[in-house]
Amino acid sequence: MNALVSFIILVILIFIPWIGVGVLCLDSLFGIIIPYACFLVFVIGLIYRIIYWAKSPVPYKIPTTCGQQKSLPWVKRSLKDRLESPFYTWEVILRMFLEIVFFRSLFRNLRADLYGKRLIYGSAKWLWLGAILFHWSLFIILLRHLRLFTYPVPSLIQGLDYLDSFIQTLGVPPVYITDILILAGLTFLLLRRFIDSKVSYLSYGSDFFPLFLIIGIVVSGILMRYYFKVDLYAVKQLTLGLATFNPSIPEGAKIGVIFYIHLFLVSSLAAYFPFSKLVHMVGVFFSPTRNMANNNRAVRHINPWEYPVKHLTYAEFQERFRDVMEQAGIPIDEEVEKEEHEWYSIYIPGKEPPKIKV
Amino acid sequence: MYNAGKVIFFIIVLILFFTIPMWLNFGRLEAIPQPELPKEEKKCVESKDYMKAYHMKLLDNWRKRAIRENQHMYIASDGEKYTISLQRACMKCHTEKEKFCDRCHNFVITHPDCWDCHIAPEVAKKWQ
Amino acid sequence: MSLPKPDELIADVNLHKTPEKDWMDIKPELKKGYYLGIVDPKILEELDLPNMGKWQPYDEKWPLPENWKEIVRKAILRRMEMHRSFKLFMDICVRCGACADKCHFFLGTGDPKNMPVLRAELVRSIIKGEFSTFGKLLGKFVGARKLTEDVIKEWFYYFYQCTECRRCSVFCPYGIDTAEVTMIMREILLELGIATDWGIKPVHNSYYIGNHVGVQPHTFKENLEFLVWEFEEITGIHIDLDKYINRKGAEILFVPISGDYYADPGIYTMMGILVLFHYLDLDVTMSPFATEGGNFGFFNSFEMAKRLHSKIYEEAKRLKVKWILGGECGHKWRVWNQYHNTWFGPINFLEVPKSPITGTVFEHAKDNKIVHIVEFTADLIAHGKLKLDPSRNDHLIVTYHDSCNPSRAMGFFEEPRYILKHVCNNFVEMPENTIREKTFCCGSGAGLNAGENLEIRQRGGFPRANAVEYVHKNYGVNQLVCICAIDRAVFPTLLQYWVPEVDVGGLHELVANALVFEGEKSRDVDLRRRPLKHPVKGVDQPEE
Repeated sequence: MNALVSFIILVILIFIPWIGVGVLCLDSLFGIIIPYACFLVFVIGLIYRIIYWAKSPVPYKIPTTCGQQKSLPWVKRSLKDRLESPFYTWEVILRMFLEIVFFRSLFRNLRADLYGKRLIYGSAKWLWLGAILFHWSLFIILLRHLRLFTYPVPSLIQGLDYLDSFIQTLGVPPVYITDILILAGLTFLLLRRFIDSKVSYLSYGSDFFPLFLIIGIVVSGILMRYYFKVDLYAVKQLTLGLATFNPSIPEGAKIGVIFYIHLFLVSSLAAYFPFSKLVHMVGVFFSPTRNMANNNRAVRHINPWEYPVKHLTYAEFQERFRDVMEQAGIPIDEEVEKEEHEWYSIYIPGKEPPKIKV
Repeated sequence: MYNAGKVIFFIIVLILFFTIPMWLNFGRLEAIPQPELPKEEKKCVESKDYMKAYHMKLLDNWRKRAIRENQHMYIASDGEKYTISLQRACMKCHTEKEKFCDRCHNFVITHPDCWDCHIAPEVAKKWQ
Repeated sequence: MSLPKPDELIADVNLHKTPEKDWMDIKPELKKGYYLGIVDPKILEELDLPNMGKWQPYDEKWPLPENWKEIVRKAILRRMEMHRSFKLFMDICVRCGACADKCHFFLGTGDPKNMPVLRAELVRSIIKGEFSTFGKLLGKFVGARKLTEDVIKEWFYYFYQCTECRRCSVFCPYGIDTAEVTMIMREILLELGIATDWGIKPVHNSYYIGNHVGVQPHTFKENLEFLVWEFEEITGIHIDLDKYINRKGAEILFVPISGDYYADPGIYTMMGILVLFHYLDLDVTMSPFATEGGNFGFFNSFEMAKRLHSKIYEEAKRLKVKWILGGECGHKWRVWNQYHNTWFGPINFLEVPKSPITGTVFEHAKDNKIVHIVEFTADLIAHGKLKLDPSRNDHLIVTYHDSCNPSRAMGFFEEPRYILKHVCNNFVEMPENTIREKTFCCGSGAGLNAGENLEIRQRGGFPRANAVEYVHKNYGVNQLVCICAIDRAVFPTLLQYWVPEVDVGGLHELVANALVFEGEKSRDVDLRRRPLKHPVKGVDQPEE
């Protein structure tokens, strides 16, 4: 049901530029205004989201440790330990690098199965593979698209484009390897949302929608490259114009509607991005269980809203138990004096800590 | 805002990343090259729009017909007949590869493999 | 309460089948044996905490305060402002499902709401439905719903079916930590006045008496006297206890865990630690007030946790010690390692810990001045300061249970194994995917080890017990060693149910078993009076 609604939304999104450009000839609306607006929403939305997170402090240092801590000098720490239980900043940076670039934690994935009364755990790297295929392909495809936004095109991008299309036997134009891989990755990610009962159970419409949207983008891109061809020269005139803030719809050449569909879906994704779960792209950098060092006992972490709390003092304790302590022969401390201490509490109206807004 | 230094640095990196095209074009942007069209001939094998988008498909189709099927005649959609040949048909009008083919191809970065086998007229001239 | 036989208990678990109805449409049904009782309001009052009067979860209508919605909404917003983790974790989950079958409660119940992702979704959906415009507009399609009384019931039910073990956080590609979510959600429930009997009574005890079980100072000493007496009975070695209690000017303050001087089998660990102190003639003392290293406050709210542990540093200051040594405990080390320094630092009145026996400076603990006793002992062994005869543990085939918190909040893997390898000859690891950072919880941590929720405990402990059963069947393992007091309290019940032939004990029990004393007498039992494989020849039985 969720999937169906998501799919219908995608279809509507496809029809908008189809009618808008194909029938109403609103080329500059769909070619210039909407892309610019959506890109702005994307960038400003992401910055807003980052600042929204950053407005809350990280009160405690809470890394999830997956390797041996740094302790006694003779306790050997392998590279794995350093990366999974980082003590120094460079180790944290490497941990984050592995996490973001190679999805380290996902690589750990296991599958649990219950056979009668026995629990069996098996390696389950498919999700990791699907995720890597999708994300890496997407990243390379994004970089590749720079050939449409720069002139002259940097040789690095040219090289990337050339490498990606080195298989020339499948027809003209040569097929991009990443096109195949991203489709494979996306298909897997989508299928598991249908087939894996657990994942299917916890998937919302907002989980299917981005998948469908990205599949829509990929498929429209592929169709445009291989089947419903458009005038690439005119396309680049438009895209380069966008990138150089000198946008214009190329005169004398009508770019095919498929291009506008592709562009509109990309714009939709960009605008949707900051308000959806897709913000995990930037959120992962902020994850306190990954980006903090496991050196709590050596380096103090400061909590900006920390406040003194009410606690019982030894003097009060000793006063209460003086008799039994004396009887048991526990030394009495005669030097202690009762002292009042400053304290606050979240749970008592009127005693709230000053730094925490209520 | 907490960890402001790191966060602002991160935001700057992010903005730099998403505005890469601007930085790559910065100070080196060149004028969009115009392919030079034949002066005498006004009509190509197929319509101009079709040729702009589909010429590679047409050429690939020609290659297959000529080499694999030994067909050397192409009947265009308007019924006119053309010899299937890159050098004797296409390049008869589009005489200079550099001024026609390359201008677009270098602009949009595509790697046609025509010239793996064919020799462009201007190159051939140099050899003669 | 009687449970079905082990085989029958999990017969209803199917990890690959989900209910017909959407999870949002399934009303929380509070099953007996799954939830904890509610604490007496007097106890909450005495701790300056809000309460809802006398009631129990099985009541049809919960006596929520009139403005409960406002309290909850405010509490959520406030927590989002206080904890970036909470705010972030609510935003970035993509519901990839990697965590789904990592939770021991899911593996033991098959209840989808025990998948960590759905556990977090219980509150994520409310945040979307109450605070986000899109959420309000699109509702279920984007996973948003409204705050209702049923939601509160559901929160109570499921956030007290999480032991804050962080196993899911290991597998999450974004490091989303359900423990963090659970802790914050329990704080929010507490703001309404919802608190469990088993979770708050120990807090009350620890606050007013010094330890969770409410052992008063004279009983504390009596219990230790019994251990010392028992040790003398077995080995003939006398330990003078007096210097270990409330003596000012000692070098080290040792903070024990109440479970270790309260009940079998924890007491043998405490005995082992006292024996070690005596063996080394260590200049150490214990406070009669700070008799609890563990912290049930942590299972209710951060503030409560800080209120309980303030006494540790206060006592260190009063007793004029140089540094602090902590006993074998799980969540204690989560708190000591990850929170103490922030709460109580900078700790300038203490010195950087340095072992008086080996001279080792514990550089990694230089700032908050606390050392784990296992680190301390491992260092002793590495420097050859202990005369150990591992064959004295030959009657045991040992496996080691990595306790959740030292594993995933400290990275404490090698030190205990190093000790184990020196104090016994038969050490077997459990299957790879159930140890170290992937270790399974005992199923009763985070304030769940009560009697009324026994069924969920046995189900939650099933994955761990299953791994123990595996090494028991294949390698004859008969002793489970752990460095967590809750483990020592919980495992006997758990293993009695699933693998009755395996005993449970702490690490220092085995250390003391293997320690060779000058002038000890002959014995043919270990410190728990289990028969030894090779009887010890002492001074009363000279070599021929």
